[in-house]
Order: sequence, then C-alpha cells, then structure tokens
Amino acid sequence: MFVAFDEMSATSDGCRPGYEILKRWLDTTAPDLLSTRRAEAELLFRRIGITFAVYGDNDGEERIIPFDIIPRIITAPEWTRLSKGLEQRVKALNAFLADIYFKGEILRAGVVPEDLIYQNPYYRPEMAGLKLAHDIYVMIAGIDIVRVDPDTFYVLEDNARTPSGVSYMLENREVMMKLFPDLFAEHRIAPVENYPDALLATLKSVAPRSAPGDPTVALLTPGPFNSAFYEHSFLADKLGIELVEGRDLLVRDNVVYMRTTEGPKRVDVLYRRLDDDFLDPLTFRPDSILGVPGLMNAYRAGNITLSNAVGTGVADDKAVYSYMPEIVRFYLGEEPILKNVPTWRCREPDSLKYVLDNLESMVVKEVAGSGGYGMLIGPASDRKTREEFGAKLKANPDDFIAQPTLALSTSPTFVDAGIAPRHVDLRPFVLSGRDKVRIVPGGLTRVALKEGSLVVNSSQGGGTKDTWVLDA
Amino acid sequence: MLSRTADNLFWLARYVERAENTARIIDAANRLAAMPIAYAGGSNEWESAVAATGALGLFKSLNREPTAENIIDFLAFSPENPSSIRSCLERARVNARTVRTALTSEMWEAINGAWLGLRDFDGAARDRMKLNAFLIYVKEASLRFDGSAYRTMIRNDVYFFSSLGTFIERADNTARILDVKYHLLLPAQESVGGGLDYFQWSSILRSVSANTAYHWVYRESLKPSLVADLLVLNDQLPRSLASCYDNICGFLDELSLAYGRQGLAQRVARSTRNRLQNATIDDVFRDGLHEFLTEFIGENGRLGQAITDQYLV
Repeated sequence: MFVAFDEMSATSDGCRPGYEILKRWLDTTAPDLLSTRRAEAELLFRRIGITFAVYGDNDGEERIIPFDIIPRIITAPEWTRLSKGLEQRVKALNAFLADIYFKGEILRAGVVPEDLIYQNPYYRPEMAGLKLAHDIYVMIAGIDIVRVDPDTFYVLEDNARTPSGVSYMLENREVMMKLFPDLFAEHRIAPVENYPDALLATLKSVAPRSAPGDPTVALLTPGPFNSAFYEHSFLADKLGIELVEGRDLLVRDNVVYMRTTEGPKRVDVLYRRLDDDFLDPLTFRPDSILGVPGLMNAYRAGNITLSNAVGTGVADDKAVYSYMPEIVRFYLGEEPILKNVPTWRCREPDSLKYVLDNLESMVVKEVAGSGGYGMLIGPASDRKTREEFGAKLKANPDDFIAQPTLALSTSPTFVDAGIAPRHVDLRPFVLSGRDKVRIVPGGLTRVALKEGSLVVNSSQGGGTKDTWVLDA
Repeated sequence: MLSRTADNLFWLARYVERAENTARIIDAANRLAAMPIAYAGGSNEWESAVAATGALGLFKSLNREPTAENIIDFLAFSPENPSSIRSCLERARVNARTVRTALTSEMWEAINGAWLGLRDFDGAARDRMKLNAFLIYVKEASLRFDGSAYRTMIRNDVYFFSSLGTFIERADNTARILDVKYHLLLPAQESVGGGLDYFQWSSILRSVSANTAYHWVYRESLKPSLVADLLVLNDQLPRSLASCYDNICGFLDELSLAYGRQGLAQRVARSTRNRLQNATIDDVFRDGLHEFLTEFIGENGRLGQAITDQYLV
C-alpha cells in the first residue's frame, strides 16, 4: 500500500526528537518484560473496572479496551501548534452554531448551503432563536486529529455532541505511572490529572444567569447499560457531582430538580451524556424513558444549561465538516491552523461521479455516522463490497461523503510479533467556558492493532495508548 | 494494665501510622518530581518530602547529597533514620512482640507479616518498580493492622491506647504535610485550576488520599483555603485535625470512664478540640496558617507527653 510516517523512527538516524529515551529503552528491554507489564496493565484495568460494552455482542457484556503499553509522544512545539489550532477550531464551531440558530449569516452569505443545515437531521428547529446563557454550544469537544507527516495534522472529525474517551486518557496515565515509574522519572511529561477540575470550572462558568453563585452541576447518564457508563461514573466521581438518570430528575415550574433524600434539589447545569433524541419525551422521541419530561421547557426558560447544547450535531455532521475551513475564515477572519481532510460531498453530482470512479482508493462515510460503523475503506475492500456500497451511494448520495485514504502516522506498538508500527489518531479534549478555553496537554491516542488497519475505533478492534506531551 | 504495656501499644500504633504516612509522602513527591518544571513550580520536592516527615535536620546532619535516590533511601529504608519506614516497622514489631498477649492474633500477624516481608524489598530505593510495590505493601500492611484492630479487639483500654497512638500520630503527620507547603496555601493566591501551585495542592491532597473527597465536599476546583479547611477543620475527613481530635477526645473519655478519673490529657485534648471546632479557616489564615500549624504540632506533642505522664510511666 504505502509507507506511513512513523512518529518514532521517520528520520535518517531512525529517531525523531522526543523519542530518544523511549527508543533506547525499547531497544534494550526484553520482550518478556513488556509481556509482563502488559499483563499487569490488563489486571489493573480490570481491577479499576474500566470496561465498555459492545452493542450487538451478547457473549461478552463487559470488555476492556486493549491497552498498548508503549506511549505516544508529542513534543512541546508540536503541542503548542496543535492546541492553538484546536482552540481556533472550537471557537469557530461555537460561532457557527450561534449563527445558524439565530441570524444565519453564513447561510445568507452563501458560504454554507441552506438546505445542508435546515434539512439536516441534527438541526434542531427547537433551538432556533433560543438565547443561551453564554452563547456557548460546544463546551466539550473531542476533536479527532490524524497526522500524515512531520508538519501536517488533519482534523478528521469534530465530535461536538457527547465525545467520550476522556476517562481513558486519565486512567491510561495512572496505569502507566504505576507500571513505568522509571520512564516517568526520565521524561518531563505534562500532567493531565487536572482535567476534572478544568471540566468542572468550565461547566460552572456556563451556568444560567438565574443560578446561585455556586451552581449545582450533575451528570446525566442513560444508565449502567450504556457502553460508556464507566466513564460517566468515573467523571461524576472525579468532579464530585451527582450521577443522575432521567428518573432522578423532575421539572417543576420550568426548573430542574433532582430527587434527593433531603427533598428536591435544584440543578443548574446538566453535563448530559444522552443524545438529543432522548432528552425530553415531550419534545423529542416520545418513547424515550431515559429523558426528563419538561426538560426542554426549563431549557427554553433559561433555567438550566445543557452541556453540550441541544442541536450541536449539525456542526459535526460530516458534510458540514467539509465547510470547516470556510467556517473558520468566515467567523474569525483567520486561516485555519489545522487542515481539513479533502472531502468530496456525494450530494454534488461531479463529486459523486469522481467517488464512484475511485472507490478503490477512497474512504466513504455516512454523514451522520459515528463509531466507525457503516463506512467503506476502499483499499481494504473487495470488489463485491465496493459494488454493494456503490449502489447504496447512488441511491442516497446525500448521506455520504468521501475522502482519500490517508496514510495515518504510525506509532510503535507492542503486538504478538514484537514491536511494530501501527496506525494511530489522537483525540484531545477541548473545553470552552464563558471565561476561557481549556485544553489539558494530551488526549486519547487510539491505535489500530491489526496490521495495516486504519480503523482505530474501540468497537472495531482498536486499542488505546497513553499520550505524552513533553515539556521542559 | 501495666503502664509499660500501654506505652508499647501506644507507640506500636504510632509507628504503623507513621510508616503509612511516609509511604504516602514518598508517593506524592515521586509524582510531583516527575512533572515538568512549569507544572511543579521548580521546587525541591524531595527536600519538602523530608521536611514533611520532620527529619530534615537529621538528613542534613548526615551530609548526603539530596538526590531522589538518597532521600528515598533515607525515608524508606535507612537504619540511620529512626522514622524511616523500615525502622518504624521494625520497632512496631519489637513492640508487638513485647505485648504479644495484648494483641489479637490477627493484629500480631499483620505486624509480623509486614516485618517478615521487608527483606523482599532490598534495593527498592534504586528500583522504582520495586519502590512502587513497596509503598503499596506498606499501605496495605497498615490497612490490615487497622482493620484487624477494629474488627477483632475488645473495646477496653488496650484498644483505647492503641487508637490514641494512631490518631495522635495522624494529626501530627497531617499538620506537617500542610505546614511544609504552607507558603503555597496563602489565600491571596486564590486562583482556580492550572496555575503553578495547582499540582502542589493536588499533591497535598493525594498524600492524604483526599483528592476525591475534596471534590465531593466542596464541589469546586482546588482552592488553597479549602484544601486547608478540609485538612484542618473538616471533621468529615478521617485525616483532618478536627476528626483526629474528635477521636482522641472520644478515646480519652473512654479511658476516664474506665478508670473513674480525668487528668491533664483530657483537658489538653478538649481544649484543642474546642479550638478546632470553633475556628473558621478565615481565622486560621488571618493569624497565619504556619503559626497555627506550628502551635498545633506543639500542642499535639504536649498531649502526647500528658498521656505519657498520666498513663504510660
């Protein structure tokens, strides 16, 4: 296929800056020791209880995500650039959402086509004209970044709804500190442990104006059967906030309360890990038993902040994604620091034709898809799969976008055959509060454990790594 | 019971508690020392760690270089440091052996087992993986000792003296951990999250296992005055000075009930508890956190002496 850029060894002397100590360590450490450490890591994860459920899989209800014990390293200059780009991107996303739910200037200027927004399944008419407390829609973004060479980072997805994975960022670090204290003593690794504090400060900063000086924040989970329940309970604990289900909440006179042993207690900010559709059966899906009847009324009355806001999905739709460079320029008047992957919108006939002619070399995704489901990876597919997919494309071109197959960078990974390069991506978490944007130095590195595979999603056999941002 | 037996029990519990505290201090310092300077503030973590155990003078008198390895060895293993973890566990075992009949078999086995296992950790000052294992080992030994005492001992004076030892030592340790960092806990620096001192505060909490507790009690980002409030005045936190003194007064009351008379120890303890109950953290900061803690450590020492004079000699 292609030779990917390896983040550790892609230089003439075989070692990129930042990796010197790690490489020497890998070269001199016996595979036995690595195996032992890997087994210890798995035990630790099981003991902590970091598990997830795979939908549609009945035999193993709880699994742990495979963890690779070789860290992925990002140097300080690389991180500085990345974090500037992330901040810019999220500012643009928020400005875009505030615009399309109010004036729609970007639509009138013809930068983004109207029907792409108004016909979008994630566009929420309920949000049109609704004034939010602080004009922030995406308080928490998990922006997926991939890298193809020393200088080029692409944004792959913006994940502006309810991005998950931050608990792995935090727990991976704790486990690594237990397993490799020497490596930590030899490196200067920026800590990530303040993420829960940064998140809490962010959530409190966007409380409704009617909230008391010290607002009450709660985390709304769909419950223990949700695949990310571990993360919900982990975060609630770290933040010191209640983990509530829909049935724990009630709305009275457009104010949200939680049922406590001391009677109803007012909630001001809901960090909700529940999709829009399920939030309020009176407004959205009437069959939802996970939500809270009347929640949207309280929201409209300005008595509760939902984080992220309702209707942010329209910004991380893959077709809207393709307009992000223009969106950044339109609102900020700046050139985007992070690149977008070139994207063909199959809704445009010329693009559709091009995509159908080049299916073999392209990645085709559903515009509303996530989790690595329902996509076609051209180079890894056979003719029959491509033909079937081509038929789907022709039937509903609006539902798809296509991108060239990127040569994602690789990172050394400990697999059965020893240490070998595997493709990785990076999901840093960007927090937008009323006062400022906070990004802890690091993120979740996902790794495709199968040789040659480009799919890093945990539901599709991907694993994770600890991500080290080196500092002085 | 014999004064000598009571004295042995009192110190047995103190040694076990001290060993655990030192293990936590090493753990927290290790973490902080590995952070980039921009996060840890470039302070000398290892020297503060020694200071937090109250043995800085002794360490300096040995003329060793204050490297991580030398300090870890000093705090964890050195026979020259009477408060090193190993010294504590050895002395705890000598005491336990002397009062063998006053202990339940579970308690004895917890101490004896901890002592027997010590030899597996030779060289751990130079091997961080082994050191980690050692620190976990020490914490678990102390948990087992505490848990066995709590579950198996008759609630008579044997239990009261051993518990008094635990809480007096714990109060002393908490106060010292705070005092070493008192300059970082000035309320003038009330900024939230991410600042230079953030990881220092968080390390204070970590060294007493109170990071999560903090968030549940205050429901906000780390603030120096609240960190101090939690560790000094909050009686819900089992390691706070206030909680230690609630326990101390409780056990001293039990003793006075059992023996039918009170003395200086009860009065000293009560007066300290009243101060902790009536103070607010603003008062503490107004008069100076460092001054407050210095005075507390002194008073706590006087209480130890009063208990000794009244019961143990």
